[in-house]
Amino acid sequence: MRKKDHSPKVSGRSIYVDDYSGDGVLTGKMLRSSLAKARILRVNVPELPPGYVYVDAKDVPGDNNVNIVLDDCPVFARETVEYIGEPIAMIVGPDPLEVERLVASCRIEYEELSPELDIRTAKTAFFTYEYGKGDVEKAFKEADKVYEEEFSTGYQEQAYMEPQGMMAEPEAGGKMFVHGSLQCAYYVHGAVMRALGCKPDGVHIKQDVTGGGFGGKEDFPSILGCQVAVAAKRANAPVRCVFGRREDMEFTSKRHPSLTRYRVAVKYGKVTAMDIDVIFNSGAYTTLSPVVLQRGLICASGVYNIPNLHVYGRAMKTNTAPTGAYRGFGAPQTYFAVETMMNHIAYDLGAEPLEFKRGQMVRQGDSTSTSGKYHFPVPLPAMIDEVDGMCGYRKKRSLYAKEQKGRYRRGIGLSLWFHGAGFTGSGERDHIKAIVKLRKNADDTVEILAANGEIGQGVRTTFPKIVAHELNIPLEDVYYEQPDTARVPDSGPTVASRSLMIVGELLRRAAIKLRTVWESGEVQEVTEHYKEPDFMIPFYLDKFQGDAYPTYAWAVCAVELELDTLSGFSKVLGAYGSYDVGTPIDYDIVLGQMEGGFLQGLGYSSIEKMEYDGKGRIRNNSFSDYLIPTTMDVPLMQCMLHVEKYPDGPYGAKGAGELPLVGVPGAYLEAMEQALGHGTRLHHIPFSAEDAMEELMKEGR
Amino acid sequence: MDGIRFVLNGRDVVYEGFATDRLLDALRGTFHLTSVKCGCKEGECGACSVLIDGALYNSCCVAMGFVMDHEVVSMEGFRETKQFKVLDHAYGEVSAVQCGFCIPGMILASHALLSKNPEPDEKAIREGLSGNLCRCTGYNAIVKAVSLAAKEGKGLW
Repeated sequence: MRKKDHSPKVSGRSIYVDDYSGDGVLTGKMLRSSLAKARILRVNVPELPPGYVYVDAKDVPGDNNVNIVLDDCPVFARETVEYIGEPIAMIVGPDPLEVERLVASCRIEYEELSPELDIRTAKTAFFTYEYGKGDVEKAFKEADKVYEEEFSTGYQEQAYMEPQGMMAEPEAGGKMFVHGSLQCAYYVHGAVMRALGCKPDGVHIKQDVTGGGFGGKEDFPSILGCQVAVAAKRANAPVRCVFGRREDMEFTSKRHPSLTRYRVAVKYGKVTAMDIDVIFNSGAYTTLSPVVLQRGLICASGVYNIPNLHVYGRAMKTNTAPTGAYRGFGAPQTYFAVETMMNHIAYDLGAEPLEFKRGQMVRQGDSTSTSGKYHFPVPLPAMIDEVDGMCGYRKKRSLYAKEQKGRYRRGIGLSLWFHGAGFTGSGERDHIKAIVKLRKNADDTVEILAANGEIGQGVRTTFPKIVAHELNIPLEDVYYEQPDTARVPDSGPTVASRSLMIVGELLRRAAIKLRTVWESGEVQEVTEHYKEPDFMIPFYLDKFQGDAYPTYAWAVCAVELELDTLSGFSKVLGAYGSYDVGTPIDYDIVLGQMEGGFLQGLGYSSIEKMEYDGKGRIRNNSFSDYLIPTTMDVPLMQCMLHVEKYPDGPYGAKGAGELPLVGVPGAYLEAMEQALGHGTRLHHIPFSAEDAMEELMKEGR
Repeated sequence: MDGIRFVLNGRDVVYEGFATDRLLDALRGTFHLTSVKCGCKEGECGACSVLIDGALYNSCCVAMGFVMDHEVVSMEGFRETKQFKVLDHAYGEVSAVQCGFCIPGMILASHALLSKNPEPDEKAIREGLSGNLCRCTGYNAIVKAVSLAAKEGKGLW
């Protein structure tokens, strides 16, 4: 079976936003702050040739705030700038080189202020959440042993191959058409509407063919969309702004760096309580941080049944580029910490980590961290055995535990996790309220009307597969175009592994509706609305209680590596995973998601390192110094599917996209600890060759 | 001088700009060949790969003067070939195309590899494609596709 978007993409015919003809289109370039925190005293703009326009906050006809969650991120800077790279203005004009020259000749006068750059000492917590259950204090009092450790994780850049790019075109009647590389057409719609101060029908948003997102095009296109729309309005001409790679890496959203502290009580060889403190580096504006933090906190106790739990989390403001959504959305940070913490406790108790963890895993019917319920079977025990079968995990683990001599040493590690399927908390019910439509044409072909964007994950194929199956018509007769808010209802954002599970199920139900009224040769339309499944324990954010997710996708992965003790470099010898995403609507597509996510997780664990300096400037802003995995890095990667059907997903499907990345670092670091031997305990990712060298040097002392 | 003459996708063309201009910019800007993608503009990602006299180049790192009197092929030309048909089919069979942005470069890299080594083993395929980044697939499906193309296109390369 061919994916519906295969032919145009493979032949190079697909038109991405930068591929539209530039005739009559002005190019926009940002004038950015060069300081992390400063008051702008004055911008000296050179004399502009005819046809060139300088656009800043004064030109925003509506609200100079981008609608995301709290709307604090300005379209163009206010009187202060809050991070290096913050857009102060945009210059637009016909010749890209001339625009670049003009931006470079602008002189900004600042009053420099002192930036907050360290999350340990930062003063402003944008968001604070706290929740728990049981009696934590009592459990610690009665504990046989108490463990306390701190973990940290770095940035991760989404590194979609197509950089961010948006285009705005004024239309007849004063309307604005905004299109580009994006995941959530209706998010951009809400934001642009507000910035332009117009009614819903004053603007429409279309997703162009999009060269990857991974969360990086969830909220950021709302910001860039507002900027090009304001510029197009001001210039009264089409404006396109496509970022260069360095600009994209340095100034757009990426995964939140984290600092987590775990205090764990153990009695009779089992964990009885966890007291967890989580700090995420939110950057200069709130953007998506509240929701990212919520997800990170909800899974901070991992796949374990912890009767007494206290979780406290904060998203801190620093004067750095705002962090945002990236595949996993807060979960990879806390999963890394909890998995590594559990391993360290097991070592101390003289237990094999896997067996220690296995005895404390949640089961169907258990309460979740937020006092919801695991309503459906938890297939982890079988999946552990599957991964063991794929790679001989237990055998290798005990083999490599013996003292290793010589230049090369091996290690293997294994990690367990879930990913809550769908939007966190009551989002689907209270905020998104997804709607889909099916339009049957007179020639009996059927068009899917929904807002979820194809970003490589396959919805242009899997959505039609569901509808064609339910209508019992050929797949060629069902089609799903790039969504345009002028034509499609709001079926919600393309995020949170929700498209297939939530929107796919709505489409299945819509198709059943259409089947029952089907009249050949007639034009017909049916609509379907989201309803929360009956079994859910309602989630309340103020109490942080209830079912944060209706169901969970599960995963087990093992990573085997070989460390060169002379250079510190390591090779991944094998990466093995078993994934339960429910029924795969398309086996190859799901496998492609698992493999792609696995490799991103391995990059996150090891080579993908990005840091900022004492001035708040990102130091790794190109593929030369922020490395992502190539074909050579993980030659052996095997993924398999374990199917535990979810009754409220289409044919049993659950969320898939984010799952494979989330738990990889725990397995990688456990393997690294084993290869290093000598009781090494590690506490941070990415764990680079330099870090390995540092550990190896300790041996020599 | 009256421009830089070269063969582009089988046709004689003249480029009127500077010899120091980037091939990538000329292909996208002057010749409107938008299959040639710009992913980094510094020779790291391979999205702008083209064939020059059959060998794979990052067009962002090639100056126009370099292609004078040579033959440049982008996906717009390559997609008319028998070899493309085989690669198209193989990539489709294993769903190797996700977001698609790396794909034109990846297809040309696959062709360049098979031209040098018509029966590559997995290691050779991975080496041959190592200059082309893909963030979506984890590469397994792409490697599988090239392996399949080598079998299905026996005799073509």
